[in-house]
Amino acid sequence: MSEFSVIGKRIAMVDAAGKSTGAGKYADDFTVPGMLVGKILHSPYPHALIKRIDTSKARALEGVVAVVTGEDAPNQYGILPVGHDETALAVGKVRYVGDNVACVAAVSEEIAEQALELIEVEYEALPAYFDPEESMKAERDLIHEDRPNNLEKDYHHVFGDPEKGFAEADYVAEARYIANEVTHAAMEPHCTLASFEIDPHTGKQGRLTVWSSTQVPYYLQHKLSLVLELPMSQIRVIKPLVGGGFGGKSEIIPLEIIAAVTARAAKAPVKITYTREEVFWVHRGRPRTIIDLKTGVKNDGRITAVACKVIQDGGAYCSYGVVTILYSGALLGALYDIPNIRYDGFRVLTNKPACGAMRGHGTVNVRFAFESQLDETAAKLGLDPAEVRRVNLLKPPAVTVNGLRVLSYGLPGCVDQVITRSEWHERRGALPRGRGLGMACSHYVSGAANSIIRSDMPHSTVNIKIDRDGGVVVYTGASEIGQGSDTMTAQVVAEVLGCGLARIKVIAADTDLTPIDLGSYSSRVTFMAGNAALRAAQDVRKNIVSAAAQRMNCSPEDVLMAGDRVWKRGASILEQEESAASGHVDGQILRGSVLQKRKEESAKVQMSFEEAVVAAIDFHGGLTGTGSYAPPAEARGGKHKGAGVGPSPAYSYSAQVADVSVDEETGVVTVHKIWAAHDCGRALNPVAVEGQVIGSVWMGLGQALQEEMVWKDGLMMNPGMLEYRSPSSVESPDIECIIVESIDPEGPFGAKEAGEGSLAATIPAISNAIYDAVGIRLREIPFTPERVLAALRAKRGAKKIEMTEGVDPTEPATFREHGGSLWYRGRGPERHPEDPARAMTGGTR
Amino acid sequence: MKKELIELRVNGRGHELAAQPNALLLDVLRNDLGLTGSKCGCDDSSCGACTVQVDGVPMLACTMLATSYQGCEITTVEGIADGGGLAALQKAYGDFGGSQCGYCTPGFMMTVHGLLASNPEPTEPEIRDALSSNLCRCTGYAQMYEAIRAVIEAEREHRQKEAVAR
Repeated sequence: MSEFSVIGKRIAMVDAAGKSTGAGKYADDFTVPGMLVGKILHSPYPHALIKRIDTSKARALEGVVAVVTGEDAPNQYGILPVGHDETALAVGKVRYVGDNVACVAAVSEEIAEQALELIEVEYEALPAYFDPEESMKAERDLIHEDRPNNLEKDYHHVFGDPEKGFAEADYVAEARYIANEVTHAAMEPHCTLASFEIDPHTGKQGRLTVWSSTQVPYYLQHKLSLVLELPMSQIRVIKPLVGGGFGGKSEIIPLEIIAAVTARAAKAPVKITYTREEVFWVHRGRPRTIIDLKTGVKNDGRITAVACKVIQDGGAYCSYGVVTILYSGALLGALYDIPNIRYDGFRVLTNKPACGAMRGHGTVNVRFAFESQLDETAAKLGLDPAEVRRVNLLKPPAVTVNGLRVLSYGLPGCVDQVITRSEWHERRGALPRGRGLGMACSHYVSGAANSIIRSDMPHSTVNIKIDRDGGVVVYTGASEIGQGSDTMTAQVVAEVLGCGLARIKVIAADTDLTPIDLGSYSSRVTFMAGNAALRAAQDVRKNIVSAAAQRMNCSPEDVLMAGDRVWKRGASILEQEESAASGHVDGQILRGSVLQKRKEESAKVQMSFEEAVVAAIDFHGGLTGTGSYAPPAEARGGKHKGAGVGPSPAYSYSAQVADVSVDEETGVVTVHKIWAAHDCGRALNPVAVEGQVIGSVWMGLGQALQEEMVWKDGLMMNPGMLEYRSPSSVESPDIECIIVESIDPEGPFGAKEAGEGSLAATIPAISNAIYDAVGIRLREIPFTPERVLAALRAKRGAKKIEMTEGVDPTEPATFREHGGSLWYRGRGPERHPEDPARAMTGGTR
Repeated sequence: MKKELIELRVNGRGHELAAQPNALLLDVLRNDLGLTGSKCGCDDSSCGACTVQVDGVPMLACTMLATSYQGCEITTVEGIADGGGLAALQKAYGDFGGSQCGYCTPGFMMTVHGLLASNPEPTEPEIRDALSSNLCRCTGYAQMYEAIRAVIEAEREHRQKEAVAR
C-alpha cells in the first residue's frame, strides 16, 4: 500500500475533458470584438540588405488598417541576455529565407494576403552562408557585424587531464558524427492575439493583453516590455492551452512581438496565426551538428578520457544557441564517471532559420555520438555493451569532474530493468540475420540550477487561497503545455492538504494573477514548481492545523489531515457520513462559527475539511499560503566560464534497448520494440510519466529514422507535416516504459524530470541495434534507407551509388548543404528562373 | 469574392449563414459557428486535426469547401459527447493518457468514433491503419491504443450483458 492518497496514483489530467470535447481553448480559439487578422511578409532572400520598403499601395487597399515595418519597433531582443540580436521586423537587413520584413493588419485574411503582395521591397543580395564550417571562415558580409567569423560563441573546456587519460587508455576510438536538423513540429501552429486597452486616466493606449501559445509567459512579458517600451506591469500575458511545445515555444517567437507592435499601430486587437509552413520557417529546433568524438577506454571498458569537438549550425540568430552549445559539453558529465574531459564547442551563424531549444536541449546529438562510440569500443574489446555501461557508473553522492552534483542515481536500476525485460542476455546474438538488439543510456536535468537572467529571484513561486466554501485555488506561473503541469500542481497540493482533487482549482500562467515562474523548459516544472507548490501547501496547512488544534484541544503535531477530514491523532474516526456531507454544508460557509459553536459542546476530535477551513479563517482572518523554490547553492556548478549551464538540482536517468531489423535489400530499418527504463525519482502520476517517456522515445525514433529538415540554397525543401515525415501510427513501434524510482532527496515527494531525458538514448539504441543486426556503424542521422544501403555497400566494398556526391554515412566528412538527403542527387531541385537566390549562387542549376 | 447564403446541418442543428464560395468548412465551423473544437494543424490535410464526420465518414475539413456540404449531416467533436457527459471514448482518452497537449485529440475523437461506428471490434492493424490519418506529436500513439482497447472491451461486455438480459 502506498503511503500517499493522491501522489503516485494513475489519474486523468485535470484538463482532460476540455481536450477530448473540444471545449478547451487554445490561443487561436480566442476572438475579441474588432479583432483584425495579421499576416507577415517574409524575406525571399537568405541574406540581403533592404534598400527600400514602400508600403503605400498596401496601405491604400480597402480593408487594410495598418502596415508595420522594422522601423516601427527597432529595439533588439533575444531570449538570452547575451543574444539580443533580433528585432520584431527586419531593420536594414534580412538574414534567412523567411525572415520577417513587414506585417499587415486587415479585416480579413484574404485582404491581408492581398496587401502583402502590394508591399514593394528592394533588396541587395549578399553572399549567404549555409555550411557552418564554411561560415566560420567568413571575413566579410558577416551575418551580424559584431560576430567575427560568423561565430556566435565558442567554448574550450578542459577537466582533469585528458592527455594523460588518453595515454592510459588501452583503446582509443575516434570518429566524426553528423546529426541533421530536426524541428519540434508541435501540432498547434504558433498563435498570438494582442489587444490594448484605453487608459481611463490618460485617454490613450494603455495596458496590453496578450494571449499566446507560449511555454514562457514571463519571458514574453519581459521582452514585450523591452521592445514596446512599456512597463512590465502594463503587460498581461495569458497562456491558454498550448498545443505542444517541445522547446519550440520556449522563447520569444517573432509573431508574439509582431502581433503586439501591429496592434499598437492598428489601434485594434490583432491576431496572427502561423501557417504550418511559417512554423517550419520560424523553427528554433535542434541544430545540425558535427561531432568529432574521441573516447579512451581500458580493456575492462572503463573510460579514461573523452575529447569532443562540436560544431552547431545555429542559423541566423543566437536564440538559445549559447546555452545549447554549453549543454552539449556539460552533459558529457553526470551520466557516467568520466575522469578527464576536453570539450570544444562552436556555435556558428548561418543564413538559415535560427535553431533553439528542442526536447533534450543540446544533449541529444552528442549522446548519439557518445553512446554509439561506447558501443563500438565494447565491440572492439569483446565486451557486453551492458557491462561497459555498468563499469562506468557514478558512485553517488558525487560531484563530476566538470562540477555537476549528482545525488539520486537510478541508472543502475534502469540498466538492470531493460536487460531483464528485453531478455538481453538470452536473445542477443541468438536473433536471425538482419535483426539485432542495441542498448544506450541518457540523462537530463530537472531544470537548470541557474536561470537565464542571473538574479537571486526564486525560480518558481506558488500561491494558494482557500475560502469558506472549502475550495482550494492554486495560483502558479508554471506553464501547462500538455505535460501535466497543472495536474502535478493539483496533486501535490491535494496530498499535503489531505483533500480530494475535486476541491482544487489551478489558475496557471497569467501574469496578472499568478506569481512569477520561469516557464516550461529544461524539464524544470515538476521539480521546481512542484517544490514551490509543496511549500505553499505546507504554509497554508500550518494555519489550518493550528486552528484545528485549538478546536480539538491538542497540539498542532497531533492534527492529521487526509481524506477530506481533519482529526486528532488517536481519535477513532467516525465513518464517512459526516465528511461525505461536506458538499452539503452550505449553511456553514457563512455561519460556520455559529454552527460549530453549537456542535462543539463536547470536545471535538475530528472535523470536515470545510469546518477546519472555516475555523482557520475565523482564527487567522484569512487563509492563504505561499511557497517558492530556488535551487541550492551546492547544485549550481563550478566557476569556469560557461559553468552556469549543465548544473541542475537533480538528473533523470534512462536506459533503453531497441529491437530492430534491417532489410538488406531496401535499407529499411524497422523498430519492433523499445524497452525504456526511466528514473524519474518518484512517479507522481504514472500515466503522465509513461506518456512523457513513451513520447520522448517516439520523438527520438522520428529523429533516428526519418525526420530531417532538407535545405537547398537556404530554402527549406520539406516544410509540411507529411514531407517532414513525422511518424504516423503505422510507423510507431511498441514502446514499453519501465518506471524506476530513486526518490530524490530534494525533489517534491522525491520526483525528478520525466519529459525529456529518454529521448537521447533512443537514437544510439537504434544505431547500436542496427550494428548488431547487420554490422554497420551509421554515423549520420537519420538512418534513412538510402544511408543504410550506402553503408551496406561500403561494408561489402561495393562501389558507391552515385545518389549524391561523397556520401558515406559510416564516415561522414562534411555537411551537404541539402542536409545530406539523397533525394536530390546532390543537386537539389531546379529553382525558378526568377528565384533571387538562384542568381546569387551562380544560377546554373 | 461575394458571399452567398448557405445552409449547413452541424451536430443535428440547421444553420443559415453567408459564406464565400471558396470558404473552407473548417473556417466556417470555427469562425462563423464558433465550433472551435476542430483544429487547424497543417493547412493541407496532412495532420487530421480538423477531422469531422460527414454523414458518419471522417473527413478533413481544412480542405473541404463549405458550400459543397449543404444537405449533409456534419458532426464535429462538439457533437459526440454523451448527453452532456463524456462519451466512453472521451473518458478513456483522459484515463489512459491518450491526449497530452490535446490539440490533435478532437481529430482523433472523430476518426476513432467513425472507426468504431463502422467496425465495433477492429483488429490491432485496423486500429493502426485508421489512426494513420491523424498525426500526434506528444504521445507516440501508445496510450491511445490502450484507451481504444478499453472502450472496445467495455462495449463488448456491455453487448454481452444485454444479450444475456434478453
